Amino acid sequence: MTALDVRTARKDQLIEGATGPWEVVIGMEVHAQVLSQSKLFSGASAAYGGAPNAHVSLVDAAMPGMLPVINRKCVEQAVRTGLGLNAQINLFSRFDRKNYFYPDLPQGYQISQYKEPIVGEGEIEVEVEGADPIIVRIERIHLEQDAGKSIHDLSPTETFVDLNRAGVALMEIVSRPDIRSAKEAAAYLTKLRAIVRALGTCDGNMDEGSMRADVNVSVRRPGEEFGTRCEIKNVNSMRFVAQAVEYEARRQIAILEEGGTIRQETRLFNATTGETRALRSKEDAPDYRYFPDPDLLPLVLDPAWVEAIRATLPELPDAKKKRFVEGYGLSAYDAGVLAGDAEAAAYYEEVAKGRDPKLAANWVTQELFGALNKLGRDLKDSPISAAQLGGLVALISDGTISGKIAKDVFAKMLETGEDPDVIVKREGLVQISDVGAIEAAIDALIAANADKVAEVREKPKAFGWWVGQAMKATGGKANPALVNEVLKKKLGV
Amino acid sequence: MAIDENTVRRVAHLARLALPEERVAPMAAELNGILAWIEQLGEVDVEGVEPMTSAVAVALPMRDDVVTDGGAPVRVLANAPKSEDGFFVVPKVVE
Repeated sequence: MTALDVRTARKDQLIEGATGPWEVVIGMEVHAQVLSQSKLFSGASAAYGGAPNAHVSLVDAAMPGMLPVINRKCVEQAVRTGLGLNAQINLFSRFDRKNYFYPDLPQGYQISQYKEPIVGEGEIEVEVEGADPIIVRIERIHLEQDAGKSIHDLSPTETFVDLNRAGVALMEIVSRPDIRSAKEAAAYLTKLRAIVRALGTCDGNMDEGSMRADVNVSVRRPGEEFGTRCEIKNVNSMRFVAQAVEYEARRQIAILEEGGTIRQETRLFNATTGETRALRSKEDAPDYRYFPDPDLLPLVLDPAWVEAIRATLPELPDAKKKRFVEGYGLSAYDAGVLAGDAEAAAYYEEVAKGRDPKLAANWVTQELFGALNKLGRDLKDSPISAAQLGGLVALISDGTISGKIAKDVFAKMLETGEDPDVIVKREGLVQISDVGAIEAAIDALIAANADKVAEVREKPKAFGWWVGQAMKATGGKANPALVNEVLKKKLGV
Repeated sequence: MAIDENTVRRVAHLARLALPEERVAPMAAELNGILAWIEQLGEVDVEGVEPMTSAVAVALPMRDDVVTDGGAPVRVLANAPKSEDGFFVVPKVVE
């Protein structure tokens, strides 16, 4: 029997109530859509969108006599995900029917894995900003079908049903109740997303519902027995996960402190108000009457196939982060930001190739990410390619332009998409590193401001004014280190 | 395991079957008869026998990940009592 309660929250994670501190206990079930061309049990397209019911086979519509045939790729993706989460791969698993009625589930049951899932126990390390990493244990991953989509607002009396999503493969990734704060819950989802994206098993696109979380929240006195939990369904962003946990924990604490009891129930998170509300209580909880699907034989995996999949695993975020810290000398934070996203990591490595890796990291994480954020664009639509940004870093490193000028060049690159050396040449931005030219500019400056020379000798703070003037006189192009040096010599400070 | 009348009503509801009240008692009796018949299997000694998961000793066949179907909403909707703009249309179902 696996111990459920293995962590006690740190003191700073406790929530102070009117009657003393409370500890929040969180476990998550994350639904991740498997990246595949076709559906789990039919040959219809698994692509997002499409005209209503255009990605539907007669299997998905549950027409009589239709039989499911499993997609090998979906199985492979589940195994790959399991391996990426350091989890046990079950060579024998099988499918069950989870029975319930809803118009977007034409079969009247969802094919899922109840008793014998394809992936068993695993664990991942989760980085939490400003704290030590935590270990979150994975209980299981099972494969199941997504349902269709019901649209309730097209008619006041009717529901419109689109089955394009029906039958698309999902992985349900179930964690142990090892999470102890809203921040940790968001960090766990972030890490999970980074891993499945690196593995290429889920696109992690939360806006399109490719990843969504059911969050189980309970509260207790620190270190005591677990309290009764409520499940918050279908939370679809890191921020909402954190908000939902925060709200739900305080709601439960308020009830308990007034002497009430928590009812085990399913709740919905309202993103507009940041609140959760009861969907159904356990008394009228559905009875799914699981039983083995007689249309499907047990799923038996060849150990050699599993090993072949293991051999093709890419470098995962943890390993990548370690390499960025050790190989490039990046801070743990920068390394984590870059390694956490496969695209960002690849972009960064191209910028850093043969260049100053720390300088490259600064330009990618600060200037580029900042600019993309402002433009509301993704890295893949960046107006500046990695090769171009690398070129800019090289121009700074070899002294061709100063860091200050580089920011102007960067702004122009962002606007025009031109190469940095083209901009630098055309606009005459090459840094002045000719000592003679700098000396001449400074001589002229001293001659024009003779009265200030005495002042700077008494007040060292006035030196900054001279540097500013000298840079201005050279159009910002003078090598700042040389300007400093020459000024000190000429002013005798 | 004996099936009482409440269990019959509950199972009928879960299966969305309309079962007239006068059929409840006979149905309970019928189900109990079927279950008692199956209960006879309990007489067999299965000590040390692996549960049988299938009548055929073959692994689940798999297909390649290619799109071979779909693109025919008209066919999918052909039997729908009501459809509009490519959607199935059903009585309102909001929880």
